Amino acid sequence: MIAFMNNSDSEEEPCNERTSLMSAESPPVPSYQDGLPASEAGEAQAHRKRRAGSSRGPNNIAGGEMSGSGVPVRESILENEEEELTLKYGAKHVIMLFVPVTLCMIVVVATIKSVRFYTEKNGQLIYTPFSEDTPSVGQRLLNSVLNTIVMISVIIVMTVFLVLLYKYRCYKFIHGWLILSSLMLLFLFTYIYLGEVLKTYNVAMDYPTLFIVIWNFGAVGMICIHWKGPLQLQQAYLIMISALMALVFIKYLPEWSAWVILGAISIYDLMAVLCPKGPLRMLVETAQERNEPIFPALIYSSAMMWTVGMAKPDTAARGASQQTWDAAEDGREQLRSPSHAESQMSETRGPVPTRHVTSLEELEEEERGVKLGLGDFIFYSVLVGKAAATASGDWNTTLACFVAILIGLCLTLLLLAVFKKALPALPISITFGLIFYFSTDNLVRPFMDTLASHQLYI
Amino acid sequence: AFFWLLALLAASLLWSVWVQLSGREDAALLPLGAAAAVLLQELCRFACFKMLKKADEGLATLSKDGRSPLSLRRTAYVSGLSFGIISGLFSITNTLADSAGPGTVGIHGDSPYFFITSAFLTMALVLLHTFWGIIFFDACERRRAGGLALVVGSHLLTSGLTFLNPWYEASLGPILILTLCTGLWAFSTAGGSFHNVLKCLSCQQEPEGRAVLYSALQVPPE
Repeated sequence: MIAFMNNSDSEEEPCNERTSLMSAESPPVPSYQDGLPASEAGEAQAHRKRRAGSSRGPNNIAGGEMSGSGVPVRESILENEEEELTLKYGAKHVIMLFVPVTLCMIVVVATIKSVRFYTEKNGQLIYTPFSEDTPSVGQRLLNSVLNTIVMISVIIVMTVFLVLLYKYRCYKFIHGWLILSSLMLLFLFTYIYLGEVLKTYNVAMDYPTLFIVIWNFGAVGMICIHWKGPLQLQQAYLIMISALMALVFIKYLPEWSAWVILGAISIYDLMAVLCPKGPLRMLVETAQERNEPIFPALIYSSAMMWTVGMAKPDTAARGASQQTWDAAEDGREQLRSPSHAESQMSETRGPVPTRHVTSLEELEEEERGVKLGLGDFIFYSVLVGKAAATASGDWNTTLACFVAILIGLCLTLLLLAVFKKALPALPISITFGLIFYFSTDNLVRPFMDTLASHQLYI
Repeated sequence: AFFWLLALLAASLLWSVWVQLSGREDAALLPLGAAAAVLLQELCRFACFKMLKKADEGLATLSKDGRSPLSLRRTAYVSGLSFGIISGLFSITNTLADSAGPGTVGIHGDSPYFFITSAFLTMALVLLHTFWGIIFFDACERRRAGGLALVVGSHLLTSGLTFLNPWYEASLGPILILTLCTGLWAFSTAGGSFHNVLKCLSCQQEPEGRAVLYSALQVPPE
């Protein structure tokens, strides 16, 4: 989910779903409506303040303007300035999101192409119980659809569970859950990954060195993600764990199921963010009513100059979104261990909420940042990684999917700048990615191969 | 890049349909397929131009002084460059990946210079796309059909020359010469000239002095 943090907040839920775009603040509404009486503007303003509690600056300006002598001209100028700034900063932050998404994809593709482990079939997750080794195409298709249904229902169940936990204030339980899953991700998966990479390059490493390396990596990761740390280090850790998670998905999801799941996830994302009913919306609204921040969440922030501060109560909106990301993340990342089925969160990428919390004054200084949920990173990388793994060794397909995803991200951010409310980041990119994957694999590949074998250029 | 991919997709679709219809005669249809691909690429370049023009106008209306922050020349350069990059990547990545693997070049009697000529051709193509982008956008902006026709024509010519490919003197040589000429033409289209180059090379020291003055004069508003 992408959060576009302007100096204004959105009327609707800022961020429902971990794979949705969140606009933590949006430009003040009164400025868009010329004839609004000052009282309504003031009320709307107060409402916004109560909800997100930040970014008083433009609201004040807008309120001041509104309560002036009916000045639609100044409103429109303000609106224009807001929009221009939005677009300008939006463009900058689009670029700032391109870099981590690209890095994550590069890591995943490089690993897939070099380490054989992640392309070998070694069993399946319990969340995709139907095997795809059936002889007939129809049966295989049916099995993949059933796998998808199972996976999505697991996600929904876990989300609802998390919402209930949050509603009944079992904060410690959720904290523990998050920490446990990030522990597992940072230690266990890194250990497996390192082991496989060393095996591929035939490098020997003794256990004491391994222990020291993994211990340091994991400990620093936990601190960076859940507590405080330099922004770039935190971003790097988030990218790494997204890549690890995507690699696990690529390995353990059977082929057709993976594609159907990608499609289904984007539809689910779209519905969960834009439909009025849903556990995530309830979560966000609960958080906003209680006016409290939620837990370290799974979100990548591209913001510069966020100061490290304590989580403040007035960041309920952002916190809520983070929580929803947790929920979906929990559901989605359940992995192999059936014994820990319920209490385990496979991985947390818990960027510190303190990282995204700024005081009111800082927000008035026009610090804008874009936040993208880590689930988006993961599924983008799953798509590109699957393209790299299964497209008959073709780089063109990988490149095409990469470009498609980036264009989708760009379009989504554009829509975010236009609509200024929570938007799902998955659907457009995944749709483009899927279209380009299937078309490039089946149509473009024979054409380009024939051209390249005769050394013809077009 | 996205537009180029769309063009490629459309061209591949056409080619696949043709191959299916004409019953498995790959080699004969290749010139047609390549020509269609070239034309579709130019069409998509035009679509890209239209879209960027619209975005430019939108930004201009939003900005304070009515001027858009993007300069058309720069967007032309970027668009051409991205077309070139994606085209080059698509042409060469598979070859590069294969070159790392086991095998001997030319073992079946093909030219042993396959890889090096591929590299040079790709480089020429990337540069050509960049230059064509600049020329094309400029011609569209000033509504000069001559420029457009020349771009399309030279693209077709380049693609056609690659059909002569194991005969590298006839294909690589002219293509490199074409690249050079197109580069000079694009340079002059973008407003450069011999004098500009001289001035740029000789006034290395001046801007620094001016920069100091400039920053001294400009007090930051904070």
